[in-house]
Amino acid sequence: MQIYADNAATTKMSATAIQAMLPYMAEIYGNPSSLHSVGQRANEALSDARERIAALLGCEAREIIFTSGGSEADNQAILSAAVRGAAKGKKHIISTAFEHHAVLHTLKKLQKQGFEVELLDVHENGLVTAEQVRSAIREDTCLVTIMYANNEIGTVQPIAEIGAVCREKGVLFHTDAVQAAGHLRIDVKAQNIDMLSLSAHKFHGPKGVGVLYARRGVWLENLIEGGAQERGKRAGTENLPAIMGMTAALEEACANAEHNAAKLLSLRERLIDGLSRIPHSILNGDRVSRLPGNVHFCFEAIEGESLLLLLDDKGVQASSGSACTSGSLDPSHVLLAIGRPHEIAHGSLRLSLSAETTAEEVDYMIQAVTEVVAYLRSISPVWRDLQTGKQKFAISE
Amino acid sequence: MALYSDKVMDHFRNPRNVGAMENADGIGEVGNAKCGDIMKIYLKIENDVIVDAKFETFGCGSAIASSSMATELIKGHPVSDALALTNKAVVEALDGLPTHKIHCSVLAEEAIKLALQDYYEKNGIAYDRSLFPDCENCAHCHDH
Repeated sequence: MQIYADNAATTKMSATAIQAMLPYMAEIYGNPSSLHSVGQRANEALSDARERIAALLGCEAREIIFTSGGSEADNQAILSAAVRGAAKGKKHIISTAFEHHAVLHTLKKLQKQGFEVELLDVHENGLVTAEQVRSAIREDTCLVTIMYANNEIGTVQPIAEIGAVCREKGVLFHTDAVQAAGHLRIDVKAQNIDMLSLSAHKFHGPKGVGVLYARRGVWLENLIEGGAQERGKRAGTENLPAIMGMTAALEEACANAEHNAAKLLSLRERLIDGLSRIPHSILNGDRVSRLPGNVHFCFEAIEGESLLLLLDDKGVQASSGSACTSGSLDPSHVLLAIGRPHEIAHGSLRLSLSAETTAEEVDYMIQAVTEVVAYLRSISPVWRDLQTGKQKFAISE
Repeated sequence: MALYSDKVMDHFRNPRNVGAMENADGIGEVGNAKCGDIMKIYLKIENDVIVDAKFETFGCGSAIASSSMATELIKGHPVSDALALTNKAVVEALDGLPTHKIHCSVLAEEAIKLALQDYYEKNGIAYDRSLFPDCENCAHCHDH
């Protein structure tokens, strides 16, 4: 059995998305900036895509900037707010400790330029509150950037409440909605979101394309200078096939979101229940306020990379926040942010499901993970020390 | 996965000499859980020959494969050979390791040395301290 359970990393493209791209490679290949007919047909498609994406997010077409993906959108949103803030003498930015690196590394760059970055505590459950945001906002705060849903542990933040606080205080609010788009409801007006990033390949669209939504009136700084594409805010000939694929994928995902969520929720709960039966295991992140397809566990006394490799041998493709899987020294900053000690964070596993996941696959995964964890423990000196009482368990049974 | 050679995957999937050993003559443990890898080597020594070697490892694929290969390389060999085993020899026997995984082979070399040191200490055998890793100042977490 081959089970793809790494949908938070990327998804398989939907047939609808692939079909939507093809005409823009073979027939309507014109440059949307060209005046001839094939160029104009491409331009019409681009406008159409912009309208459709805007309708799905609850904004106007002119508020949509097509980008190369979520990371670019995050960079542009944050740097724009920073440039604008600095011009007004506001150099305080509020975010959280477990943002995606596209956000955290951009903030680190700004810190070096003299910005003060305040990272809110995400607690053991992986959630921030609007109250935390309210009490952190200062006179000189130029931006609040908080992810909609966490990419590792899947916790869903109270975005509408945070948006309301920011609007009330007159502070720009950006959200990295890369894990949320196509899965959770987005209505940028109702949720008081000023800027939002999304990426097509997380909802069965193509890779290398995304969106930055920026509310009318929000000033944007260019990351890429050149032609006048995207209202002059993002130069470069538009990746029309990818944009068309993304648009079709987002429409499909949004149309099925409720139905898929209900299905995924029951699979997720079944998987969490099954993995919870493994002794000395713990679910990471709030069980309720989490993405419908996200399951994330730590298992004591084992290491994540060996777990992934053996699961792969059993046909289960998953992900881990262990240091060994990232090539860095430290385990996932997300797990550290929710207070998991290093030694526990190394033994982590993320299984992210899709609408194609079946109950049979969930049961297979429970069996496979249970077996592999037991095997790795049987050869682990740490497990021996825990068993003999030489060391204390960090995760209760 | 292309990350590892076939040899590494073989020793990872089918580790040789895995498990604890009753009445080992020397035991060496290196690494720490915070860094994500701990290696424990058990040796049985008779007439200056390593008649049996076992290991237990908490760590990634290359840590398990390095332990397995290292025990294979010293089993049946004289203690002097085991003392001379370098991490480089372990890497070569595994057909290479990715750069950021080289420290796994270092752990294997050091675990064996510590097990031999333990054997010398237990049996009151004189040895040259400079040949052994200094665990007081272990820098595994800083330099791998």
